[in-house]
Amino acid sequence: MVLTFKLEIVTPDAKAYSEDVDMVTLPGVEGEMGIYPGHVPLLTELVPGEITVRKDGRDYFIAVGEGFVEITADRIAVMTDMALRAENIDEAKAEEARKRAENRLAEHLDDEEAAIANAALAHSLAQLKVKRRQLPH
Amino acid sequence: MASTRDIVRRIKSVRNTAQITKAMQMVAASKMRRAQQAALAGRPYVALMNEVLGSVVFRAGDFTHPLMEKRGGPKRCLILVSTDRGLCGALNSNLFREAARFEPVSTVFVAAGRKAAQYIARTRRKLAAEFTYKDAPLFGEARAISRFACQMFLDGEVDRVDVLSTSFVSTLVQKPQVRPFLPIGEIKPVAAGLPEAESELMRGATEFLFEPNVEMVLGALLPHSLNFQLYHILLEAKASEQSARMVAMKNASDNASQLIKDLTLDYNKMRQSNITRELLEIASAQMGMG
Repeated sequence: MVLTFKLEIVTPDAKAYSEDVDMVTLPGVEGEMGIYPGHVPLLTELVPGEITVRKDGRDYFIAVGEGFVEITADRIAVMTDMALRAENIDEAKAEEARKRAENRLAEHLDDEEAAIANAALAHSLAQLKVKRRQLPH
Repeated sequence: MASTRDIVRRIKSVRNTAQITKAMQMVAASKMRRAQQAALAGRPYVALMNEVLGSVVFRAGDFTHPLMEKRGGPKRCLILVSTDRGLCGALNSNLFREAARFEPVSTVFVAAGRKAAQYIARTRRKLAAEFTYKDAPLFGEARAISRFACQMFLDGEVDRVDVLSTSFVSTLVQKPQVRPFLPIGEIKPVAAGLPEAESELMRGATEFLFEPNVEMVLGALLPHSLNFQLYHILLEAKASEQSARMVAMKNASDNASQLIKDLTLDYNKMRQSNITRELLEIASAQMGMG
C-alpha cells in the first residue's frame, strides 16, 4: 500500500499548494527534516530554505520563507510568508533582490528596517538555492 | 414659487454634486477590488493559523504562556477598528452602536482609524492609544497595535482584550463583529475542526512534539499569530470600508440623477406654462387693440 498524506502550504496572499504527496523534506529550525506519512504530531518553526516534495516518484522543489509547520499523521500544514515553486522563480529577479537586500544591510538601519532587509535577503537566497539546484539536471 | 432661474441653478448644483459622487464611486470601486482581493486571499492563512493554534493550545498540556493567562478580572480593553474618513454609509454608525454596549467605566479603548478616535473622544470614554492604518494596511501597522495590546495585557492593566471591527461579507453586506483577542486560551479550532479535537480529547490527547521545545515554538507562534490576526482584521475592515463607500456613492449618484430628472421636468413644465401665458397675453392684447 502506498501511503500518502496531504501537504498544505498557505501564505498570507494565497493557498500556494495543496496536494497529496509521498514524502516531504523541509527546513526546520533544528535542521532538515524528512517526513513520511504517519509521522508523530509535531510543531516546529520553519526557516527560509527549500521544501522538497516527493510525489509519484518525482521530486518537486518549493522555496519558502519563515513560518511554522504543523505535522500530523495525515497532514502537513505549512504557514509561511513566501512560497514559490521552482518553475515560477525568476532567477534574475531573485539575484537582483539579493543584491538590493545586501546593499540595504550595508547601510545604517534601525532594528525594524534591518529585520525587513534580512528577511528579503533570506527570501532571495532561498529562491536562488532552489533555482540553481535544478540547473545541473 | 420658484422661478425657472432658481430651478436651473439647482439642477446645476445637483449635477456638480453628482459628478463628485460619481468620481468618488469610481475611486472606491477600484480600491475596493484590491482591498477585497487582499482580504479574501488572507483567509486560508488565518483559518489554518487558528486551527493550528486551537489544537496546539489544547495539546500543550501544562504549559502556559503569559498571553494565555485567564484572569477573569473586570478590566477590559476594546480595540475599535473604524475608517479614517466618512462618506461610507452606515458603516461607522453600525460599528459604534456595537461599541456603545461596552461598559464605559471598566473598558479602555484603543482606536484604529480616525473616526474611532473621534467617537471615543465625543462619548468621553477612556482612550489608551490611537493608531492609524493606510489604504493598503501594512503588517507593521498591525504589529504596532497588537504589541501595544499585548503589553497592556502583560502589565496587568487589562484582563482581557477584544477587537471590534467590521468584517467583510460581500460588497453589499458588512457587519460589525466582536472577536476575542487576549487571552489566547479562548481561541477555538474553527467550526469544522471542533468535533475532531473533542474526540481526540476522549481518546486521551495523542503525543505532540514541539521542536526545539514548547516554550520556543509557542513563544514565536503566539505573538506572530496575534499580529497576523490583527493584520487580517485591518484588511477586512479596509475591504468593508471601500465596499460601503462604493455603494454609498453609487446610491448618491443614482439619487442625484433622479433628482436632476425631476427638476428638469419641473423646469420644462414651468417654461411651457410661461410660454403659454405669454402667448395668451399677446393674443389678448391684440384682441384688445383690434
